[in-house]
Amino acid sequence: MYLRNVLGAASALSLIALGSADAENLVIATVNNGDMVRMQGLTDDFTSKTGHTVEWVTLEENVLRQRVTTDISTKGGAFDIMTIGMYETPIWAKNGWLVALDDLSAGYDADDILPAMRGGLSYDGTLFAAPFYGESSMIMYRTDLMANAGLSMPDAPTWEFVADAARKMTDKDNDIYGICLRGKAGWGENMAFITATSNAFGARWFDENWAPQFDSDAWSTTLNFYLDLLGDAGPPGASTNGFNENLSLFQQGKCGMWIDATVAASFVTNPKDSTVADKVGFALAPDTGLGRRSNWLWAWALAIPAGTQKESAAREFIEWATSKEYIELVASKEGWANVPPGARTSLYENPNYKDIPFARMTLESILSADPLNPTVEPVPYVGVQFVAIPEFAGIATEVGQEFSAALAGQQTAAEALDKAQALTADAMEAAGY
Amino acid sequence: MARAVTSRRKALNTMIAWAVGLVIFFPILWTILTSFKSEAQAISDPPLFLFFDWTIENYGVVQDRSDYMRYLWNSVIIAGGSTLLGVVVAVPAAWSMAFVPSKRTKDILLWMLSTKMLPAVGVLYPIYLLFIELGLLDTRTGLVIVLMLINLPIIVWMLYTYFKEIPVDILEAARMDGATLRGEILHVLMPMAVPGIASTILLSLILAWNEAFWTLNLTAAKAGPLTAFIASYSSPEGLFFAKLSAASTMAIAPILILGWFSQKQLVRGLTFGAVK
Amino acid sequence: MATRHSRSAARIMMAPAVILLLGWMLVPLTMTLWFSFRKFLPLRGGDLGWAGLENYVRFVSSSSFWPSVQATLTIVGGVLVVTVILGVLLALLLDQPMWGQGMVRVLVIAPFFVMPTVSALVWKNMFMDPVNGILAHIWKFFGATPVEWLSQASMQSIILIVSWQWLPFATLILLTAVQSLDREQLEAAEMDGAPSLKRFWFIILPHLSRAITVVILIQTIFLLSIFAEIFVTTQGSFGTKTLTYLIFQRVLESQNVGLGSAGGVYAIILANIVALFLMRIVGRSLDA
Repeated sequence: MYLRNVLGAASALSLIALGSADAENLVIATVNNGDMVRMQGLTDDFTSKTGHTVEWVTLEENVLRQRVTTDISTKGGAFDIMTIGMYETPIWAKNGWLVALDDLSAGYDADDILPAMRGGLSYDGTLFAAPFYGESSMIMYRTDLMANAGLSMPDAPTWEFVADAARKMTDKDNDIYGICLRGKAGWGENMAFITATSNAFGARWFDENWAPQFDSDAWSTTLNFYLDLLGDAGPPGASTNGFNENLSLFQQGKCGMWIDATVAASFVTNPKDSTVADKVGFALAPDTGLGRRSNWLWAWALAIPAGTQKESAAREFIEWATSKEYIELVASKEGWANVPPGARTSLYENPNYKDIPFARMTLESILSADPLNPTVEPVPYVGVQFVAIPEFAGIATEVGQEFSAALAGQQTAAEALDKAQALTADAMEAAGY
Repeated sequence: MARAVTSRRKALNTMIAWAVGLVIFFPILWTILTSFKSEAQAISDPPLFLFFDWTIENYGVVQDRSDYMRYLWNSVIIAGGSTLLGVVVAVPAAWSMAFVPSKRTKDILLWMLSTKMLPAVGVLYPIYLLFIELGLLDTRTGLVIVLMLINLPIIVWMLYTYFKEIPVDILEAARMDGATLRGEILHVLMPMAVPGIASTILLSLILAWNEAFWTLNLTAAKAGPLTAFIASYSSPEGLFFAKLSAASTMAIAPILILGWFSQKQLVRGLTFGAVK
Repeated sequence: MATRHSRSAARIMMAPAVILLLGWMLVPLTMTLWFSFRKFLPLRGGDLGWAGLENYVRFVSSSSFWPSVQATLTIVGGVLVVTVILGVLLALLLDQPMWGQGMVRVLVIAPFFVMPTVSALVWKNMFMDPVNGILAHIWKFFGATPVEWLSQASMQSIILIVSWQWLPFATLILLTAVQSLDREQLEAAEMDGAPSLKRFWFIILPHLSRAITVVILIQTIFLLSIFAEIFVTTQGSFGTKTLTYLIFQRVLESQNVGLGSAGGVYAIILANIVALFLMRIVGRSLDA
């Protein structure tokens, strides 16, 4: 009886708070990255503001992708909100699978979203997913090791400098490796890095007629450079290292440099997890003087599958999670270094955020990536470290496996490129190009 | 004299067996130990075996992030439900195969086993579409049915091999005494078959508990069992060995404990007709 | 002997199991067959019409196909060899008189209760990691360079992980068989002065043959479709792409359901070839 009274009182209260809106229960699929996990912890704030409750399905990235893709392409309706990336958004939007996010409320200030993010998450000029956080990639390096090697890192280094510094910083007897780079096969793992790197070396995935370009000199230079560098100055087992493995190596002080997602900056400078928190410097991803740098552009974004019964509640959630207020909420609880970065212009104008050591470099990296003109030579596709066509994920993962095998010493760069060329050509033919 | 030799031999056996047992068990032991370390100590070099600052904070973090009891309850319902349903369907089938064998019995048995060889990934889309159609997506009912079907061949086979070992004469005798079919099963067969059924249930529980493809791909927020719970810890950012270990320990503990309590049953019961 | 009454009763009793499994087999199988002849690309608008045999041709002509069949058979074969040999040895060991027998058995069978995902995660991160893994520490302790398990010895690593999971199962079945061994016959042989190797070869092993067949049969069924261990560890790189994993890539990563379905049909054919081969052996030993 007592319990029922309490429940009654509680629901009466929530009704008052809500006014007339129906309280919905949203099912949200998301990736198990730190920022999303933090968002889960703050769900109560959303519930108390709107009355809607939230159930989370938190999955590891690969499982999440397979799970949401199956569901959306079969119109399964298991989720009300999905966490997707810059790669999926335009493809799904084109198929009419996503709800357009065009009439967001005025207080939300959609124009505040960084133009690069907005562009990457739109299809035909309409926004289809709201960025929860955005990233580019940059160099994170150990200031102490760099000084020991007698070098100083410029703000915008070349690959030549980076390779030289990496070899000088390497001290394998003490478990110090000059450079940690992604080697684990996968389109979102090693291929994101290698593709972005290839842009700086003047390579491209396809020419204007969609013919694969792995037989070009530029690709050969890129891959050989990458293999040599990791072979001389990389950690053991580099061919199985992805973002997480490298992060943990860097936090343990085993990497001299690490070129990876800008969001990693807040992890490597967090003294709770990182043993080198006070010795990290930042620089733009390197180039070779051809006019393109090796940085990518990515966003984890929230989207609503078309056909959901709970569209308006889902919209409310997205507005809450990607709002300025949410950023302030995180800042008040966890400090400014831990707010989701890279999504909003106003964040980088905020005086509180300007003091964060990696803020400026993150913004500059994001601004220097151009998904519409990613390469030196012209290409028919959109995307810096990916090609926004449905076939890309499958192809790039297989290509990534060939490159990863080359890194493990199981084949030469030439063999890997030959296979990459053949399997890409085959898959493109199957897709009808 | 003879006795001294035996006891020396026994000591040697004991030593070897314990050494081997500990090596095999070590990965689990190490996971459990790591779950009580801090993230920094979990990767310390050299590794810390017992002398570290024991902490249960990882369990707190994991529990905060995901409601363990809900996943556990789903696992219990799904594994238990599919096992029960499977046994109910399998007992009559195995009974009739064992006691009224026909020319085709063996073929049917082997055919049933062969249905297990269909690669699950290949039929994900068809099954997913079917589940949407039937409204079974993200329901425990749906998973109970699928896991029952997956394990049914093994259950039938296992029960069949037990039933076959029951001497037919006893059944004949019961029949002579005018026992009905139902009575025959209830009063004669069942008591003799209980140990076999018990170990079959155990095996089916273990297999259903550990199934990770369908339980992941056909669930969302409501019906996800412990396999889904683990999927959110598999490679988050940063140091994660200790948290992963805590989540792993939580996921395997219930079935491990059940297995330990029933190990005698399993040691005796897992024969699949291998013993004549 | 069996009356007509009991025959029809038997048929009725068997019906639910047979019908359920028939449905479980036929419905997905029919749908797989249907999709395998269609150009079905979910990300390009779904079912785009008839594809004839194109999917079948494309699936086998891919450079990944034969290596994947080979990888599948290597893993199945490797795990079978390891688990059967170690299983026999362990069963013989556990059958010996010793102190704390129950506890040792518990230790030995424990891996069987661990979810494949968990065991793969634990092995990959805490044992085989070339920097922080236990094995790397052991190697370093002895002054050796740590092995990069999952890239340099990828196949062996996967076989090791899977064998660890299945060894308890093999051991349990073999142990029950060992326990049913005729002690008198063994003792008589010992009296006659037969050396232990001979006793093992001529008395114990033949007695275990039936149990070994059962182990091989049941494990093969499960091993042909292992997935989680590869998904978690190598994701099909370094020559560990099994047929199941290749199908996964085609269906979920490339989002080509038609092509994947054709692969599914090939996998069924492969499984049936293996099954036929096995059933021959097992069928014979079941009659015995």
